[in-house]
Amino acid sequence: MKRRTFLGGAMAVAVVGHGSSAFAQQPPIKIGMSMPQTGGLAGGGKASLLGIEIWRDDINAKGGLLGRKVELVVYDDKSSASETPAIYAKLVDVDKVDLLFAPYATVPTAPIMPFVKQRGLLLMGNFSFQVNSKVGHDMWFNNAPWGPADSWAASFLDLAQKAGGKNMALLTADQEFAQNLALTARDVAKKRNIPVVFDQVYPPNTVEFASIIRALKAAKPDIVYVASYPPDSAGILRAVNEIGIGDDVKIFGGGMVGLQFAAVMSNLGSLLNGVVNYNTWLPEKSMYFDGTKEFFDKYTKRAIEAKVDPLGYYLAPFGYAMGEMIAAAVNSTRSLDQKGIAKYLRENEHKTIVGPIAFAADGERKETATLQAQFRGVKDKDIEQFRSSGKQVILFPDKLKTGDLISPFEAARK
Amino acid sequence: MDLLLGAVVLGVLLGCFYAAVSVGLSVSFGLLDVPHVAHPAFLVLASYGVYQLNDSYDLDPLLAGLAITPLLFLFGLLAYRVYYETFEKRGSDAGVRGIAFFFGIAFIIEVLIILQFGVDQRSVTATYIGKSWRFGEFRIPIRQLVAFAVALALTVVLAVYLSKTFMGRAIRAVAQDEEALRLMGANPVRIKQFAFGIATAVLGIAGALLIIVAPVEPTLDRAYIGRTFCVVVMAGLGSISGTLIAAIILGVAESIVLTMFGASWAPAISFAMLLAVLAVRPQGLLGR
Repeated sequence: MKRRTFLGGAMAVAVVGHGSSAFAQQPPIKIGMSMPQTGGLAGGGKASLLGIEIWRDDINAKGGLLGRKVELVVYDDKSSASETPAIYAKLVDVDKVDLLFAPYATVPTAPIMPFVKQRGLLLMGNFSFQVNSKVGHDMWFNNAPWGPADSWAASFLDLAQKAGGKNMALLTADQEFAQNLALTARDVAKKRNIPVVFDQVYPPNTVEFASIIRALKAAKPDIVYVASYPPDSAGILRAVNEIGIGDDVKIFGGGMVGLQFAAVMSNLGSLLNGVVNYNTWLPEKSMYFDGTKEFFDKYTKRAIEAKVDPLGYYLAPFGYAMGEMIAAAVNSTRSLDQKGIAKYLRENEHKTIVGPIAFAADGERKETATLQAQFRGVKDKDIEQFRSSGKQVILFPDKLKTGDLISPFEAARK
Repeated sequence: MDLLLGAVVLGVLLGCFYAAVSVGLSVSFGLLDVPHVAHPAFLVLASYGVYQLNDSYDLDPLLAGLAITPLLFLFGLLAYRVYYETFEKRGSDAGVRGIAFFFGIAFIIEVLIILQFGVDQRSVTATYIGKSWRFGEFRIPIRQLVAFAVALALTVVLAVYLSKTFMGRAIRAVAQDEEALRLMGANPVRIKQFAFGIATAVLGIAGALLIIVAPVEPTLDRAYIGRTFCVVVMAGLGSISGTLIAAIILGVAESIVLTMFGASWAPAISFAMLLAVLAVRPQGLLGR
């Protein structure tokens, strides 16, 4: 037997033996994306991808989309903005994918926005922040719970002002996501006449934060808003614990990326206590919807094998929700017409495992569902503790709230 | 004034840490002329070794660093032998091709770490991490004091070894005139291989300090390429005491800029200082 004939026969046996006959008759629906699987964003990227893969397996187990198997075409973008334009051009022109998901995070997503707008392609956003604000693409839908641009800073400053905060220090990473947050924080502070007494942007690769925290402490702020990236968030909290931040501080945190990931939370342990930070999903009573528990049961098992975040709260369920929304749109419109899918996504509210999602005209959530939660009673070196409720008490939004702010920051740390 | 004083103190501590992570490169690049761009990747690999021992056996990070030193020495011997046989032996353009070789090694190390440990940050626990010493209002992180003391000791020991022992002097000799050493009946390749082993072995302690000072992740090496080469060149190639001085100058300058002028200027400092030093002393601070 010639090698090619043998391989062909073996593949045919595999298809008949494995998949349903319906899948074998029609080509699969290909969903293309890049995902950070190496580099600084890889921790989040891998967890997000696992959430999407669980959705793919669930939808295929139910018979696929329009009777066709769903396949993912995924490339590693190495967390780099310079990689994504070429990857998305390849996905569209060479791989001929049917639909596009965006990579995790703002930095790799921003450069592909002009491309998808120019080509009139639907893009499901994956936790980027304000990448569509200047592009204005009407076929962009972000799975993240951010909502209106200023709601993130506004919710943090609401809590701060209620606790008696009157002036603010701003410490932000020199990077697009953090700078977007800083921009809105400055705007909201200005509107509310909150003076900014310290405003520093630190560069990537900053090794030691003790000097910066000393300078911040000297400014005697009573609100400290930090927008940092994962490697830095741990360094900042360590320095705060060692150098101190001052008794005036009523509230500390806001936009620290990294404190949502199990490895970082476990490493920092009790240093987290008192920090008020954004989050997207937490194991609190108010956060369970249809399918949420089942999703996390599957995720917990597969995360060990895939060596990704064992908790997976921050991104994975939203990756799954992204698939749920696409499935609802494709099944309702009975087509893969991207304009039709976009229209459906824009005009309807979607039930997902992370709660109902409705989009505003800019493709972001109509209402923010970004949580502000305070770490409480966290012990050292124990990942499992974060699976129980009460370790991150939700302070905002009101409809999901599970407790009140403990202030000042030093009191909340005890 | 208090702020400035604090910045200087923290800068000296930070500088000693920079010296510890650069001193191996001072031997491999400074003395042996090997374009060792994988040095920071070796350093991160050592940190993961320390993490593994700390996590599995609760071993103190510094002891864990000491424990992996012999392994790193052997790894260094092997790495140099491969480099020598495939590049250095074959001619004068070995330098350029050697850079590609070490870049390749660095990427392979990154991928191996990702496969074994995943992409998440890893850190260690020790009694001195997360605490500080108080002097009135002023506080110093104990982990930085530990890094300072160990880095200082490491640099002094290496400097004494290279200047006082027979093998140390042989390493210096091979750096100065390889041909003369060969005429005296010594094998320069074996001496260079041994020296490269030493340069890699010291990364056991340096890797321990790296993970004591801050959490590590597989691609952290990229953050240290610029800094370590900057320290070694500014010091004067091959000067161990110069490495310590250059690193302290860099640490203090960085700390003052972070505290007094704004963090965004900090990355420019190392290279601005390097250019300034090279403009006045092209051979570096203590180079000959």
